[in-house]
Amino acid sequence: MTRSEQTPETPETPRTSRRGFLRLAAAAGTASLTAACKPLLDISRVNDWVGEKLLYSPSRLAREYASTERTVNVPSYFISRTLPMLKDPAAWRLRVDGLVRRPLDLSLDDLMRMPRTTYTVMHHCVEGWTAISTWHGVPVAAVAERCELLPAARYAHFKSFDSDYSNGWDLASAMHPQTILAYGRNDNPLAPSHGAPLRLYAPTKLGYKMTKYLVSLTFTDKRPGGFWEDQGYPWFAGI
Amino acid sequence: MVTSGLQIYGAYAKFGERGGPYYVNPFQDREFPAWSRLGGWLAGALNWHFALMWGLFGVGLLYLCYMVASGEWRSLLFRRRDVRGAIQMQQYYLRLRKDHPPQGKHNPLQKLAYTLILVLGVLSVLTGFAIYKPVQFAWLTSLFGGFQAARYWHFWAVWIFVGFTVVHVILVFAVDPPSFRAMITGWYKGRFPSHD
Repeated sequence: MTRSEQTPETPETPRTSRRGFLRLAAAAGTASLTAACKPLLDISRVNDWVGEKLLYSPSRLAREYASTERTVNVPSYFISRTLPMLKDPAAWRLRVDGLVRRPLDLSLDDLMRMPRTTYTVMHHCVEGWTAISTWHGVPVAAVAERCELLPAARYAHFKSFDSDYSNGWDLASAMHPQTILAYGRNDNPLAPSHGAPLRLYAPTKLGYKMTKYLVSLTFTDKRPGGFWEDQGYPWFAGI
Repeated sequence: MVTSGLQIYGAYAKFGERGGPYYVNPFQDREFPAWSRLGGWLAGALNWHFALMWGLFGVGLLYLCYMVASGEWRSLLFRRRDVRGAIQMQQYYLRLRKDHPPQGKHNPLQKLAYTLILVLGVLSVLTGFAIYKPVQFAWLTSLFGGFQAARYWHFWAVWIFVGFTVVHVILVFAVDPPSFRAMITGWYKGRFPSHD
């Protein structure tokens, strides 16, 4: 797996906390596990292939729910030590580049002027919990059309300003009609705890594939890794 | 499969959507002992689980093919006509009846147990699919009552399976020890009438 070249954007001060300790323990455990269990990771790649090529339908839609079925408290997380926040929200732009004819720098207003998708869907976390929320945003496919995606593009790499958190996606999943760049949740602007100003959302993926605190979307022909994916979590994670 | 499953369970040790209500579960919010868990952490356990599932799925398919091709399913599958024999057998075990009812390779109660455990094996795989790809197999997931319900049945299928295995092996030693060797090697060298 290729490690993302992203460097942490948030300066991290050493601090002993339960969260930090857990992260360290997970990292240590993972390092040894990754070294010891190469065949296991190879099988995981086979499962990715089966999931992506045999079981995944690019047109099958996830079930939608009524807005009255929303879950009251939906947990959120970030990997930085403190809640990632923009110093100057007005200056924020989503960089769209890579294998595109027209690289873009989109402001939140630009994105909100594009085709808007709203749905109420069930979130599936890899841990096993589920929660229903309504999400508002613009389909990634609409952004791909606007930047004039080149035929060579096979993957999308979503990067964040939450330390070096990022996710690599297969193009078919990224172009799914329910895969959106979300700027709103439950009829409100996206809260910082849920990835403000912009996050990736898709009811066809496990939660850890949905990059929050987005800064860029790069289309590539080489499979990008991701924060959890590089530590051994399944890469495809389509459900 | 069981041990990696116990590790996976620990990541969200309850059944039901965030905030509840939760399904009845004596293991709620509890972690299984370290010796019973495989994988070290969630990702490791998932990778073990999704690797071993090929084994379970493959062996299960081979077994079903063999049962059908060899005709062995006839002596194993519980059918409507076994109902009477099963009642007689139960009466015999409860000492309501003195003589052992006539039987083939397996008595009707055994057939019932072996048929149910096969159904349970199939259910384990199907509930597994239902929570592995709840969008692609949405019809299957809703058949089990939704994602959390399918998780719940996937979990309980394990305990029934473990319970069955323990009782099964105890009975083997209690009733016909040579068949334990047969279970492992495939050859039976004993003197149990119905196994000839």
